Amino acid sequence: MTSVAATPATRRLPGDLAIWFFILAEMLAFAVFFATYAFARAKNVEMFNLYQHTLDRNLGGLNTVLLITGSWFVVLAVQAAHRDDTPAISRNILLGWLCGAGFLAVKVIEYSEKFGAGISLSTNTFYMFYISLTFFHFMHVILGMVILTVLWFQSRQGMYGSHGANGLESGAAYWHMVDLLWIVLFPLVYVMR
Amino acid sequence: MIAALKNPANRAWLVLMVATAITWYLGEVGAAGTGAIVAMLLIAFVKGRLVILDFMELREAPKMWRILLEGWLILVSSLILLAYWISLK
Repeated sequence: MTSVAATPATRRLPGDLAIWFFILAEMLAFAVFFATYAFARAKNVEMFNLYQHTLDRNLGGLNTVLLITGSWFVVLAVQAAHRDDTPAISRNILLGWLCGAGFLAVKVIEYSEKFGAGISLSTNTFYMFYISLTFFHFMHVILGMVILTVLWFQSRQGMYGSHGANGLESGAAYWHMVDLLWIVLFPLVYVMR
Repeated sequence: MIAALKNPANRAWLVLMVATAITWYLGEVGAAGTGAIVAMLLIAFVKGRLVILDFMELREAPKMWRILLEGWLILVSSLILLAYWISLK
């Protein structure tokens, strides 16, 4: 009855089509940002390398762990919805949210250390990029957490299950994008030299 | 443990953690230059691909979306590589 097909009969895009166009637009904006950073660095390698040394790679690495783990919890929430395990949906969304909160807390520690040392957007080109790139991403984490908050309330009302999980899948896709962007941003700004 | 590894998301999480540790370690030992840059970009590419395929669940999605997102990853890595290559000149 079920012959092993090389391609599934129906290829399905999780969530709503619109969210994927939105994600693509966001990713293109970040691609321009990343490339601008890399080419600006090429013109001023010594300066970028010098000030990159002042960044806290431990905090950056910890934040990578937090975002990836937060993303993983949200995948588990989507999987729970597909098998109608309602309590596991909201539990995993909450755990993903807490990882996001951890990321923001670590970033605030990092920023206060830098701003406390008198560093600002106008200090030099490297810090201008460091602050604007990470802060632009920071705002995306905040939006992701707002989305997770809405999804948590909706999941508590039993909106998601095998009958439908489109809203949850759309929000999850956005949350994974935030993770994906950081996976490029962390090595680029904190480590590569 | 073995049962948990049957879930692609769990496997992806595990690989992502190991890959993050490697990138962090390369920073700790002060790895620099062409080899280090290529290694870090490859790691970022593998990580990004896992997020796209196993977290965003685009493995079984219409091909166009897989190509668009994986294409983004290739585009970004290539531009960074090009800029770093220029900087080494």
